[in-house]
Amino acid sequence: MAPDMLISLLWTALLQTVHMVAVAGVIGSLIGLPIGIFLATSGRGELFPAPTINKIVGAIVNATRSTPFIILVVAIIPFTRLVAGTSIGTSAAIVPLTIATIPFVARLAESAIREVDKGLIEAARAMGATPMQIVFKVLLAEAKPGLTLALTLTLVSLVGYSAMVGAVGGGGLGDLGIRYGYQRFMPEVMLAVVVVLIVLVQAVQSSGDALARRFDKKTRKN
Amino acid sequence: MDRAETPLAQTSDSMVAFESVTKRFGGSNGQPAFTALDGVDLTVARGGITGIIGRSGAGKSTLIRLVNGLEKASSGRVVVDGIEVGTLAETGLRDLRRQVGMIFQHFNLLSSRTAFDNIALPLEIAGMDRKAIRDRVAPLVDLVGLGDKADRYPAELSGGQKQRIGIARALATEPKLLLSDEATSALDPETTQSILELLKDINRDLGLTVLLITHEMEVVKTIASQVAVIDKGKIVESGRTFDIFTAPQHETTQSLLSAAIGAKLPEWIRADLKPQPAPGDRALVRLVFFGETAFQPLTARLVAEIGPDLNILAGAIDEIAGEPFGSLVVSYAADPQTLERAARFYQQTGLTTEVLGYGA
Repeated sequence: MAPDMLISLLWTALLQTVHMVAVAGVIGSLIGLPIGIFLATSGRGELFPAPTINKIVGAIVNATRSTPFIILVVAIIPFTRLVAGTSIGTSAAIVPLTIATIPFVARLAESAIREVDKGLIEAARAMGATPMQIVFKVLLAEAKPGLTLALTLTLVSLVGYSAMVGAVGGGGLGDLGIRYGYQRFMPEVMLAVVVVLIVLVQAVQSSGDALARRFDKKTRKN
Repeated sequence: MDRAETPLAQTSDSMVAFESVTKRFGGSNGQPAFTALDGVDLTVARGGITGIIGRSGAGKSTLIRLVNGLEKASSGRVVVDGIEVGTLAETGLRDLRRQVGMIFQHFNLLSSRTAFDNIALPLEIAGMDRKAIRDRVAPLVDLVGLGDKADRYPAELSGGQKQRIGIARALATEPKLLLSDEATSALDPETTQSILELLKDINRDLGLTVLLITHEMEVVKTIASQVAVIDKGKIVESGRTFDIFTAPQHETTQSLLSAAIGAKLPEWIRADLKPQPAPGDRALVRLVFFGETAFQPLTARLVAEIGPDLNILAGAIDEIAGEPFGSLVVSYAADPQTLERAARFYQQTGLTTEVLGYGA
């Protein structure tokens, strides 16, 4: 393949991947984070005790997470059509990606929030804080480094998931690799795709790590 | 009717009153309930420092958490400054908590906030505006002696400095009562003393009532004017610290105290003690010096009275709640003549004594 054609293909695919990952990541996190907060604070004797709903939400989250992504993509096609108006293309691919992101973020956020020292919750209660103030001023503030790493991991996983939405014509780097690199046997395309993916994931991970380090005041820096 | 009137009458001189308070945990799902507190009656004097001492698991953490409603009593009443804590709804409880500061064994500072912002947290929670917060926090940082550390994060501070931040944070809402939950238990002895000094200063300068729980006799001895001893969920002894420490009645108090006031006898002596003297035995006697007797050369005069055959086995001179106090364990021949002379001497001088036993 001509280098300029390869570059143009790669560029389009990269934009599609970034588009899908960004939109699914943002929407998925916006929905997943509150669910994660709920999961982490609604057990028996916790801030918003609702053990039954907690168990139900937990079960739904587990069910979604245990469904292989490629099956999820196909299984929710009617829903995708309802939301995106179509079941094919990049916009359509964002729907299953978002659906998969929500429980992923929820679980990671839950565990990051549970890491916060229980003594801090007690101290805040002793100051007369409302449960909402405890969530925003204590839990989220203290869990910020952990949440940052959780969202980083989410984005990295999304890059991986996005490779599978080629199945519904989602496009993106993974799709490019499958169609050109594998089906048309063009190893140079496959190699280029892999290199771009590595660089992309590396960039996401490094920025996430750097951000988390900046938020983390627990470890002493000199 | 009288239920509404009693609290005011009873709490005019006390900041906190526990009235037959019982606290049980669990007990659901067919499991037996664990009784953490069992019919506790106790008052905490306004403006003083009161210590509650007991071993771990005695119920002292539960007791202090009842005061600001972090735990709820199963029965009985907890009255704080005329308000019965158990009857408060969430909003009332939050208002109460803003008037009651609390410090913790593990400081419980937010790692994501600087010292300054940690102290500001209770004020933010109370909805104070930024400028007012700054004006309130700055003098507090100085009060606890950390003027130059205000923008440091907790991870950059030592244990003692962290507890100073904890204290400043507890004082931020200008409370009338400060609860201290083992505040010095994670600190080394030297830092403990400096934190206790700070608490003493705050109590004196701000007129703040302090209620502290601890398992360390040292802490009570150094700053508490009143003490209550708790064991297995019950208050077994309470009163002026000096009285309790110089004449402990309950065995829990005695065993908690023995190390703290230097009265612990070596095991090899204790093991051989008999309640009655055999011929040739020696009497082991604890002499307690305080008040008047603390300043007189009584040991020398005892020697003059019963002869030079006097052995000193253990002893300490100390200060309890600001009063001098000495304890000396001596032995001398347990023959009738010597015992007689000694007894007469004790009667004349008013020395407090306790015969520990007899041995070879």
